Amino acid sequence: MAEADQIKCNYREVTALLPETLAELRPRVSAEGLRGVIKGLELLCMMGRGAEPPLVYMEEAAAVVDHAGESMLYPVAKAAYQISRSPNAEAIVPFLQTVAAVARRLDEAKLLQGYLDLVQEMVDRTSISIHGSHATMPSPALIPFVQIAPRLLGELNIGGLKRWMAYGIAQHSHHPDHLAEYFRLDTPDSRAVMQRERSGTLLVDVERRLELFQLALWRIEEHVYPYSRMLDERSDPRPYYDDEGIFLPDVHEDLDNGISGLEQYLAALAHMAGHRQWTAPVFADNRSPMQRIAIEAFEDSRVEYLLMRRYPGLRRLFLALHPVPKEGECDEAKSSCVRHRLTMLSRAILDPDHGYRDPDIIAFAQQFHERMAAGETTTADMEMLGIQFMARTRRQSDSLPNVWFKDTQIDYRDDNRNLWQFYELDDDEDFHVEPTELEEAEPDDTLPPRHYPEWDYQTQTYRPDWTSVYETLHPGDDPARIDALLRKHDRLAKQIKRMLDMLKPQNFVRVRYQEEGSELDLDIAIRSLIDYKSGHDPDPRINVSHKHNDRNIAVTILLDLSESLNETVGNSGQTILELEREAVSLLAWAIEQLGDNFAIAGFHSNTRHEVRYYHIKGFGEQWNMDVKSRLAAMGAGWSTRMGAAMRHAGHYLGHQKADKKLLLVVTDGEPSDVDVRDPRHLIEDARMVVHELKQEDIYCYCINLDPRGDEYVADIFGNSYSIIDDIEKLPEKLPKLFLSLTKG
Amino acid sequence: MSEIDIEQYKVDEEPFYHAHGNEVAQYEAAYAARLPVMIKGPTGCGKSRFIEHMAWKLDRPLITVACNEDMTAADLVGRYLLDADGTRWLDGPLTTAARIGAICYLDEVVEARQDTTVVIHPLTDHRRTLPLDKKGEVVRAHRDFQLVISYNPGYQSLMKDLKQSTKQRFVGMDFDYAPAEEEAQILAAETGIDADTAQKLVQIAEAARNLKGHGLDEGISTRLLVYAANLMKEGIGAVDASRMALVRPITDDEDIRETLDQAIDAVFG
Repeated sequence: MAEADQIKCNYREVTALLPETLAELRPRVSAEGLRGVIKGLELLCMMGRGAEPPLVYMEEAAAVVDHAGESMLYPVAKAAYQISRSPNAEAIVPFLQTVAAVARRLDEAKLLQGYLDLVQEMVDRTSISIHGSHATMPSPALIPFVQIAPRLLGELNIGGLKRWMAYGIAQHSHHPDHLAEYFRLDTPDSRAVMQRERSGTLLVDVERRLELFQLALWRIEEHVYPYSRMLDERSDPRPYYDDEGIFLPDVHEDLDNGISGLEQYLAALAHMAGHRQWTAPVFADNRSPMQRIAIEAFEDSRVEYLLMRRYPGLRRLFLALHPVPKEGECDEAKSSCVRHRLTMLSRAILDPDHGYRDPDIIAFAQQFHERMAAGETTTADMEMLGIQFMARTRRQSDSLPNVWFKDTQIDYRDDNRNLWQFYELDDDEDFHVEPTELEEAEPDDTLPPRHYPEWDYQTQTYRPDWTSVYETLHPGDDPARIDALLRKHDRLAKQIKRMLDMLKPQNFVRVRYQEEGSELDLDIAIRSLIDYKSGHDPDPRINVSHKHNDRNIAVTILLDLSESLNETVGNSGQTILELEREAVSLLAWAIEQLGDNFAIAGFHSNTRHEVRYYHIKGFGEQWNMDVKSRLAAMGAGWSTRMGAAMRHAGHYLGHQKADKKLLLVVTDGEPSDVDVRDPRHLIEDARMVVHELKQEDIYCYCINLDPRGDEYVADIFGNSYSIIDDIEKLPEKLPKLFLSLTKG
Repeated sequence: MSEIDIEQYKVDEEPFYHAHGNEVAQYEAAYAARLPVMIKGPTGCGKSRFIEHMAWKLDRPLITVACNEDMTAADLVGRYLLDADGTRWLDGPLTTAARIGAICYLDEVVEARQDTTVVIHPLTDHRRTLPLDKKGEVVRAHRDFQLVISYNPGYQSLMKDLKQSTKQRFVGMDFDYAPAEEEAQILAAETGIDADTAQKLVQIAEAARNLKGHGLDEGISTRLLVYAANLMKEGIGAVDASRMALVRPITDDEDIRETLDQAIDAVFG
């Protein structure tokens, strides 16, 4: 053992275990590789962080070699050494513990080097430096990052991991706790960015299509939910359905044989629809586990047979997705081949050109088809076939612990939890999943938050699911206050009323002087006739036609309820809020008179995690006591995260059926929030919202009460804004402004 | 009015109609009593075909008016036109029908504005007269005259509904798509495609009808199925014909279109 003697290391545990490690490595690596290990070990011993790092390194070395080659042995140790030179020594052991798992995912030396570079970048960019001086505090994110890396690399490639990391550092580097949360994959935006980096078809993108598909073909109105194969706690996360809905993997990669991710979802949905329609649960208690999987195989085949009879096009999908086990590949002497055998049987039933020669497989496939051809079948028939098949083909080796799994995973089939029922619930049964108890919902009227993205102008990207908007009913107060306000503005109301009467839809407008029209306009016709008789050219435009003049407008009035509204203005001693309330009351009354469909909502925010959206009047609601009482109770506080609130308002407005949609934003200042330092950020985001909504044919208009607002309002809303300098005139100006805006 | 060519309104050959229930007898009874009839049902389920069939069976001329929003009372009743000698009155289709004793069929009557449909009121009660106020004439309806209206309650919006006073002048009959097997038979009889293909087309139609209200206002009509079958007979493949006739016309919603395309693939394989 020449090398073992030569190593320079003061830890006795290391030198004691070295021969064993080298013996493990020797068949895998060259002399050069062995020198790399020794050099690496020496480096790890030298850095003086105890014996644990070199010991972990020795443990993982073989796996690193297997997946990334011997050339990577030294760079891994070198990377650990680099970490030790930063304040992040705590991360060395977690890094070494996961590096083999990372190597297994990446399976290539160059890619592993890429990962090591990422770790180094993490160290450089997230170690906390105070006053820009030398790094003095450990990175809060490094340990979570190296721990989650193997799991993430199961879903992302190294480029995706890099982008996910870069995003996290860019967005959260100023806040250590957020940074750690992000890298633990605990925040919605972290998960959303990860989803974005994944390839393949995401369930959320095709959700509606899938729901329509099953509704169309089987009249199943169930919601589909994603589960993550990465995070699911079941050992074999297959699709399933239960009382809560249908659960499908969150992402499907397109397959090499041309089956798209969507089609894989469709196959799974079809299979489950078949179970729903034709499977009647049977009792599991009297069946052995072997019998159960055989019965499941037959029952799965039966529902698919029936499905294909109705929808022959499904055959193509099933054939392409069902694995093709190779006959004789599983050695019955060494492993349990029961799964292999059943998958072959299932394939043989599905595919008439299976080419298998096993007489039992052929005989049972034939029996199955005879049974199906004979007419009505039930789950109980398959139970019999399954038991017979097991009795016929049972091998001693079936109970071996070494189960042959290759080509036996049929991913689109569900876990058959609905096939079984139990006389007694037995603790041993691990495939009956008890529904976890739902947490009691909070006893207020808050809806679960909706997440909206936010535009980051600096990177020109959206920050996904960045803001959380909580929508609540605004609490109420005495509605009589609003009526009193309206009485106070009695004269103004009369004035507006006159304007309204002029505007009111005149259903019928006569259009005269038409060559073609619905009726003869006698006056002109006679004049033309006279012209004609007297030898002049008659005017051919002798008809009148009629035209509708309908208004079909949906309006949302979105009120800024931020703290600054509590300031008093002018001589009257009224606050902006009070004036806003008066103005909105008058406006609402006016719109009600016009018969336009409208909603009123207020908003304020307290960081991106809490954007409050108050429902004051919905589109379906009448201008009644409830609405007035909410308006009367309107209060102000917090900040103005305008973009998120506008997205939420736009979401509702977008669902309205109207020719013209108007989002009227009433605000007294520029967008701002306590967690945003860059004053441009929220302005740019709001500007983006205006742009997004425009594409949905929603017209945004801003009424700004900040006399100095010209610049930023113009940035956000373009030309579509008015600034009301004399805020005391607001009750008068707002309704008039609205009317002129919507005049045909 | 002798110059009207009644023959042009006659239905010469028997239009194919497959009865689901005793609607034929019901209609005959309504006609015998000269009651105005209202026919409701989704688009393309055979309302117009039924009326044609009945007109043929009763040997009455049939005057059909496709109603639309721009239609005015004058379009139904008649109007003055100008010619070289001055103005001349021209009867509208409703007036013509009342004069010659035809069945006047106002198709999709809710499409016409409510104030237009009011002109039919005096024809649809015991008076059976049509005053032509501009001309100063009262037309007494021929004893064989009958008024039939049809509409589709499916896409009735708030704006498009009949007035109660209009509704209450009619006896009503509900139509719907035939049950799957019968619909397949209808399809086979109408177009001559084989029973298996007909049945598959109906399957696709059923899939689409399940989506009604989920982004589709109306399911695939029997009429569209006939179109699809006709395309197939012209040599278009089943899948392409179905996409062309059954999916593309009815939706612009990408998800629905994809779903229906998948359904077609599933059905035709």
